[in-house]
Amino acid sequence: MNIKVKDHNLIIGGGILIFLLLITGVSFFYLPHSVTEINTKLKLSPPNFPYLLGTDNFGRDILSRLMKGSQTAFLVGIISVGIGSVAGVFLGAISGYFGGKTDEFIMRITDAMMAFPGILFALMFISVFGVGIQNTMVAIGIMSIPTFARITRSGFLREKELEYIKAARVRGASNFRIIYHHILPNVLSPIIVAATMSFSNAILAEAALSYLGLGVQAPNPSWGRMLSESQMYFMIAPWYTLAPGIMISLTVLALNMLGDFLRGYQER
Amino acid sequence: MTIEIKNLNIYFNEKTKLQAVNNLSFGVKKGEIMGLVGESGCGKSLTSLAIMRLLRKNASFSGEINFLGKNLLNLSAKEMASLRGREISMIFQEPLTALNPLHRVGKQIGETLKIHTSLSKKERKEKTLELMNEVNLKDLEDTYKKFPHELSGGQRQRIVIAMAIACEPQLIIADEPTTALDVSTQTQIIDLLKKLNNKKDHSLLFISHDLDLVGDLCHRIAIMYAGHIVEVIDKLKDAKHPYTKCLLDAIPNPLHKGKDLYSIPGRVPTLSERKNGCPFAPRCPMAKDKCHEILPELLEKKNGHLVRCLYV
Amino acid sequence: MIYFIKRISIMIFTLFLVSIISFSVFQIIPGDPALSKLGIEASQEQIDTLRIELMLDQPASTQYIFWAKNILKGDLGESIRFSRPIKELIGERISVTLSLGIYAILIAVAIGIPLGILNAKYNDTKFGACLSIFSQAGLAIPEFWLGIIFLIVFGIIFKFFSLKYVSFGDDPMAHIGILTLPALALAISRISVVARHMKNIILEEEEKDYVRTAYSKGLSMNKIYIFHILQNALIPTITVIGMLTAGILGGAIIVEQVFNLPGIGTLLINGVTTRDIPLVQAIITYIASVVVIINFLIDILYRIIDPRISI
Repeated sequence: MNIKVKDHNLIIGGGILIFLLLITGVSFFYLPHSVTEINTKLKLSPPNFPYLLGTDNFGRDILSRLMKGSQTAFLVGIISVGIGSVAGVFLGAISGYFGGKTDEFIMRITDAMMAFPGILFALMFISVFGVGIQNTMVAIGIMSIPTFARITRSGFLREKELEYIKAARVRGASNFRIIYHHILPNVLSPIIVAATMSFSNAILAEAALSYLGLGVQAPNPSWGRMLSESQMYFMIAPWYTLAPGIMISLTVLALNMLGDFLRGYQER
Repeated sequence: MTIEIKNLNIYFNEKTKLQAVNNLSFGVKKGEIMGLVGESGCGKSLTSLAIMRLLRKNASFSGEINFLGKNLLNLSAKEMASLRGREISMIFQEPLTALNPLHRVGKQIGETLKIHTSLSKKERKEKTLELMNEVNLKDLEDTYKKFPHELSGGQRQRIVIAMAIACEPQLIIADEPTTALDVSTQTQIIDLLKKLNNKKDHSLLFISHDLDLVGDLCHRIAIMYAGHIVEVIDKLKDAKHPYTKCLLDAIPNPLHKGKDLYSIPGRVPTLSERKNGCPFAPRCPMAKDKCHEILPELLEKKNGHLVRCLYV
Repeated sequence: MIYFIKRISIMIFTLFLVSIISFSVFQIIPGDPALSKLGIEASQEQIDTLRIELMLDQPASTQYIFWAKNILKGDLGESIRFSRPIKELIGERISVTLSLGIYAILIAVAIGIPLGILNAKYNDTKFGACLSIFSQAGLAIPEFWLGIIFLIVFGIIFKFFSLKYVSFGDDPMAHIGILTLPALALAISRISVVARHMKNIILEEEEKDYVRTAYSKGLSMNKIYIFHILQNALIPTITVIGMLTAGILGGAIIVEQVFNLPGIGTLLINGVTTRDIPLVQAIITYIASVVVIINFLIDILYRIIDPRISI
């Protein structure tokens, strides 16, 4: 595999993501300062040593809070993509494989679900079930089901007509075996691309919900909530707002670039 | 000679330099209809694209293509653009996709005139209707306004031909213009091309894989195999090269009813499979040891009859 | 014609499903809506009366039919918190969100399309790679964060734009002024979507036969772009605009909150925070329905514009 200029997606995106994963990994074992200790004397100080990104309005180290926040971000990403992909792929598989009325039915429902733009669905879910990290993850997960369902379905529609499937049927393979063992592996690559994109959407969605106060609640750390807390101090402590925003942007950028790279790679 | 190609080489891929066309040389005289025949992958379409300088960016080439006193391979983009449509034009295989689906066909013919002439809008329309008449289209005013998808395959191809002859070019390249049409339309289009060639005395390079068709239409025929010209003849029945003879044998003959259809064993080698020696040697029924080692020269046997074979 | 009818029936069915989803989700709410409306002080009798009034004793399907019928009549129910018909509340605020949305779409298209064309032209070059990284960055930045920064930097620090909402009727220029920052925040992430779509379509079109024919006629590359490729590329781009609309409606919800605009978004957030279920339910159904209808219109528009397809 030759890497050229056009593979900038992999290099930059992959690089940033590895960096972020390292930070998250490290955060489980070591944080430069306490995330909860209030120290009013130090409040809103600019980046200096040892508070590398400055402190917030309670005197807490922003860098440490960002690091802890990355745990939340990745956790929300993993769980919601997990929920969305498992449910979505399942629905898409039976929809694409069995066709007919099942397909129509499932497709109409996913169409209807996709009519709820952005975080609307999540808001609906949260207004019923309440706020908090668990509900946020489930809500975002459900939101991503239609995307996975569609991609899986189109893959199945394409593959089920191919010769090797007919051969498997002739050998007496059960439907389940064909779906799980034969077709699914071949449909995996667009699903992986979708998973990457869903992951980045999940991070944006969690940040938005937490910003609104409807997502991850205190004391769980969240980049989105840090943004809303920092808003009123922007004039005197801009770094407080900039830091979490840049973190979110970088994470999403890295994931999107990787997703683009994977998409280009699977097309080759 | 209207156009003379000398030692044309076309390569793909900077690194491996796969060669698609090898040392190609031939010429077309004024008023002559020259056939360029071969199986898919032999390089005939590439040759035509090279003449038009419409090869993809990853193709590189060397050699000369002399036309109207200039080497086309050395011309700048602007100079080449001024020749295209005006002195050299092209007729493509699939007329439906060759025409812009959003423009009316009359306008598309007029576009050629707009680029190369200074006729007014009204004059362009008049000339377009004239051209449409020359290619045997009916209901001119009506057809002028139609979109490509509203016409039949034969009508569309006539529009493409009208576009090609609009500026009275010296050379027209027709790349399998009848392959996408049904048989009766094919005959009509071939007759049309013959008639136009007679009338206007341009040179026509007719590319095809159909030997029968080419034998009927062309004054001279060049047969290509795997990037090389292997024979150039006036009449198919004079063919001497083993490949040409195999191709002729492969044409279904009603007299051989009941027998198996003949097909040449093996297949055309891909670019990376090509080896030294005569390109056809691996499949040639007459091949001897030497054939796999030495690439024969294209030699003139009789008047204008060229053959590339060691044993003919 | 047949397609049109088929498409309308699909749209109606989808709207029906949307309403079912909206309705069902809110059925799951734990607790007693009548109780929450009247408060803990209320007597059992009051609660029971309200329960019958709100049809809470009826089976879900009956409640749904009642609710759906009302919506079709134009009655969206009454907000618990504001004690006013929701229809009025929405009516007061819809124009704000609408203006914001249209403005954002215009910006996204006006910048996105040329950007996409450039990106296609310089595709395999370093400049192209830079453009594409630039687009990617736009896509990654959370729009509400962008909104915050714009708000503070251009609204407060530099005071380029006013922050107090003014309606179009009162003062058109000021209205556009105040919506500029939020519209930009919304548009920036979408510009990349439009640009990327445009670029992909153009790259696809470049490979097509009619482009080769145009070259063979002697047309220059620039003229081919303008007179041939663009027209063909713009048609599928209309579908992108349809996608944009949904995203922008979703994004507007948050951006309105950042800029404190009196639109449907802020109303909705308000509703969610105060657990004003009828309000939230109505707005969500409303927005989702708008998305379905717009997608339908875009689909029809697409078919009208392309001469190859008949409705």
